[in-house]
Amino acid sequence: MRINPTYVLHLADNNLILGQRLGEWCGHGPVLEQDIALTNIALDLIGQARLLYQCAAELIGDTSEDALAFLRLEHDYRNVLLVELPNGNFADTVVRQYFYDVFNYLNYDALLQCTDEHLRAIAEKALKEVTYHRRWSGEWVIRLGDGTAESHEKVQDAVNHLWEYTGELFSPADFEKESHKMQNTPDVSSLHKAWKKHVVHTLDTATLRIPRDDIWMQSGGKSGHHSEHMGFILSELQYMQRTYPSMQW
Amino acid sequence: MVMATTDDIYRILQEVTDPEIPVISVVELGIVRDVQIDDEAHVDVFITPTYSGCPAMDVIPVLIRQAIIDAGYLDVAIHSELSPAWTTDWISPEGRKKLKEFGIAPPDLQKSHAPDQVECPHCSSTDTELISFFGSTPCKAAYRCKACLEPFDYFKCH
Repeated sequence: MRINPTYVLHLADNNLILGQRLGEWCGHGPVLEQDIALTNIALDLIGQARLLYQCAAELIGDTSEDALAFLRLEHDYRNVLLVELPNGNFADTVVRQYFYDVFNYLNYDALLQCTDEHLRAIAEKALKEVTYHRRWSGEWVIRLGDGTAESHEKVQDAVNHLWEYTGELFSPADFEKESHKMQNTPDVSSLHKAWKKHVVHTLDTATLRIPRDDIWMQSGGKSGHHSEHMGFILSELQYMQRTYPSMQW
Repeated sequence: MVMATTDDIYRILQEVTDPEIPVISVVELGIVRDVQIDDEAHVDVFITPTYSGCPAMDVIPVLIRQAIIDAGYLDVAIHSELSPAWTTDWISPEGRKKLKEFGIAPPDLQKSHAPDQVECPHCSSTDTELISFFGSTPCKAAYRCKACLEPFDYFKCH
């Protein structure tokens, strides 16, 4: 039995939407090197999204990676809410990135055990890239947290605000449960322990307070119920393909 | 139809360079994984991407195809394979030498992700420091030499 394409689209959408968000930083980074870092990470994530959309397009048939990336409706996107949140200030972007990178690393690592050869190959490739992402964002959390009073306050605010969006990462949707059962893709709920350990260590080092786990966690992205921010992202992302159908650079 | 040998094809590929780093060929970069020619003179070239989002990976298959066709072998197909994933270990010794001559420090053979000291490609001092993990292209990190004070690119381990 072949893998459920919705699962592959979910992985692709996470990377595409976060890549699109990071792309908004292009030319606006705090210093040139970090501007370049943000757009390099965006490029990696969009590259991974492309590989995943190509995989999904093969599974679905009679479609293409571009059609899947650019021509679906908002409720068809299955990305988590975390990745669609606005960039905010640099600390907000760094914390969002760090929370996602730690998850993304663990998820790709677990995906190496799945039975789908195509997904395993994508995970093997992507893991090398995500290793650099996680290192970059983790070091910035520490630098800002253990930095000035102002940077500490901003990064603590970001942690407090974004924490409620981390629960969705580890709460499996039906398509994840199905592909876990059928193709041994990751059981995301089992990744939480390792994610928490990494995050606690980094936040401790950064002299930051760790929020409680028993708070209300936001969810909805995986079932296509997005935040008010998603429509704005898509209107920009899809503009060219909708205005000039099938256009190519 | 002229029949090519795999050696012929590799000789052609040796002239196809990375569009971002025009001194190193796609063979030296380690992205050509295999060349096969069947009895009907059909040429298959198997390549693997360096980084999944690297823009050069859209251009390289076109360059390879064109070079082989220009040499008179018209029936050619380029295939991209993800696994096993490309590693900087596949850059040939000759390729490493060319990178250094071009001003890019070749990747650390010990596979450290961000080594403290990278030999400066300009003055060969090892008194260098990391500026950023991310440089002018996805495959490079930015370093600075404290001896000659020049910034330089480091081809990071992958």
